[in-house]
Amino acid sequence: MDIRNIQGYASFFMTIFLVIVLYGYIIHLYRSEKRGERDYEKYGNIALDDEIDSKPIEENPKAMSENEEQNK
Amino acid sequence: MQSNAALEYDYSVAKLFTYTAILFGILGMTIGTLIASQMAFPELNYLFGEYGTFSRLRPVHTTVVVYGFTLSGVWATFYYLGQRVLKVSMAESKFLMFIGKLHFWLYFVGALVATISLLMGITQAKEYAQYEWPIDIVIVIIWVLWGISIFGIIGIRREKSLYISLWYYIACFLGVAMLYLFNNMAVPTYFVSGMGSILHSVSMYSGTNDALVQWWWGHNAVAFVFTVPIVAMIYYFLPKESGQAIYSYKLSLLSFWGLMFVYLWAGSHHLLYSTVPDWMQTMGSIFSVVLILPSWGSAINMLLTMKGEWNQLTENPLIKFMVLASTFYMLSTLEGPIQAIKSVNAIAHFTDWIPGHVHDGVLGWVVFMVMAGLFHMAPRMFKREIYSKKLLEAQFWLQTTAVVLYFTSMWIAGITQGMMWRAVDEYGNLMYSFIDTVAVLHPYYAIRALSGVLYLVGFLMFAYNMIKTMSSSRELTEEPQFRSPMA
Ligand code: HEM
Repeated sequence: MDIRNIQGYASFFMTIFLVIVLYGYIIHLYRSEKRGERDYEKYGNIALDDEIDSKPIEENPKAMSENEEQNK
Repeated sequence: MQSNAALEYDYSVAKLFTYTAILFGILGMTIGTLIASQMAFPELNYLFGEYGTFSRLRPVHTTVVVYGFTLSGVWATFYYLGQRVLKVSMAESKFLMFIGKLHFWLYFVGALVATISLLMGITQAKEYAQYEWPIDIVIVIIWVLWGISIFGIIGIRREKSLYISLWYYIACFLGVAMLYLFNNMAVPTYFVSGMGSILHSVSMYSGTNDALVQWWWGHNAVAFVFTVPIVAMIYYFLPKESGQAIYSYKLSLLSFWGLMFVYLWAGSHHLLYSTVPDWMQTMGSIFSVVLILPSWGSAINMLLTMKGEWNQLTENPLIKFMVLASTFYMLSTLEGPIQAIKSVNAIAHFTDWIPGHVHDGVLGWVVFMVMAGLFHMAPRMFKREIYSKKLLEAQFWLQTTAVVLYFTSMWIAGITQGMMWRAVDEYGNLMYSFIDTVAVLHPYYAIRALSGVLYLVGFLMFAYNMIKTMSSSRELTEEPQFRSPMA
């Protein structure tokens, strides 16, 4: 088998592999919502409620500790 | 968060990039209209000596609209919404303010020098990668500065999750960085041979490999400059302007990874029937067709976001711009895959159908979305209402007409051309010479030139409306939450 053939097969199997990963991701998204582990849809509100003083949808722990220091 | 009571988002960098988007938009589209007219009326090639010929001006047109106008729009919107979705102001970091301003000024000066270099004919002659090596180095620095801005502001964020728009901006950053470096690997000939121009260089690749790397980059310039950051914009501006959250956030994540996975491998559809390995051509075709799915995933997600709120389409011209943009996105992401099918490509390749396809995408999708984004930002950045709703409406219809004239004339021209080139008589001799096709195409070129004039006038209306908004429109006392106020 020459290099071109090997490249062709490698590309084919890599594609199949990535397709599986992508479908796995879909399943992961829906399953973790169904189990109540995550709520992805709430992130849509990040765009709607984006004033600088509005409450983050999910607070960044690092920023929180800084804030606490400032408030001391 | 009482300590931040007086804190505000800082739009100084976003404003600077807004100005250059307007400036480079006018410049790039004026040149576009000029070269479109040259195709119809060749005498126009001789207006400015060597600097006014089609061959000099075409790369100036493409680079000014892509790297001048579009990138300015990308950066203006990034520096605006990046802060907002992370709920942190650039003013909170002196370092990030400095990097942002340096990013702008280096870009502005670099863009002027780069444009002049192309006008002087200094080019490495690769489409969308024309600049010679010293300018490439400056571009790399500009890009790195943007990267520092992105990851710097992410580093100090209050909102833990990165909103989907940011994913797309990051993808734009990484995709372009990787491909630009690969495609611009070149050897400056002077330093090797000691002769010739110091500016000249040759590609590190040759022949088929060079073509492959070139179109790996070339097509992904479309992906990562004309698609990915524009999707970033619509995912923020449409929900924000309409007050409706994205229809399905999960679908947006999925389309994101789908797009990343598929887009990178579609580029070889530019090389169908060439010397690249056959399997690679087929792969390019297949990936192009599959690309419909993630593209439509985003576009349909946007249309569904308007569910139950379609009345806004008639009431708010900005919604009109954005819905039309996402519709044109659907049109061109269906058209592209059709052109990538080998048998269709046999007719379409090298014909005017290709620029036709390019421009329903860029005029209908990219420019519409950038303008809508900037219009949405203007009342928030300048604290004044949008100067004129009437002008906005007129501009919308004028430019929509222009886009339709552009792509329909080029569809007809392209398919006519493709058929005439292939036509053979009963003995297998070609029926037409090249000049026969040129004669037949003249009216369509004239229509395209007219569409250019209309579109350019529309863009000038946008510029006027923006400048009036900045300077003399009614002042707002408080920031509008969703719908942008206009007089
Ligand atoms: C007034 C509006 C415009 C007019 C009249 C116009 C006209 C033209 C013309 C005549 C060409 C050369 C086609 C050929 O070589 O046969 C061209 C190429 C191109 N234009 Fe425009 N243009 C306009 C706006 C834009 C904008 C806003 C963008 C991007 C944001 C854009 C992106 C491109 C690209 C990427 C090409 C190269 C297409 C290819 O290689 O197939 N144009 N344009």
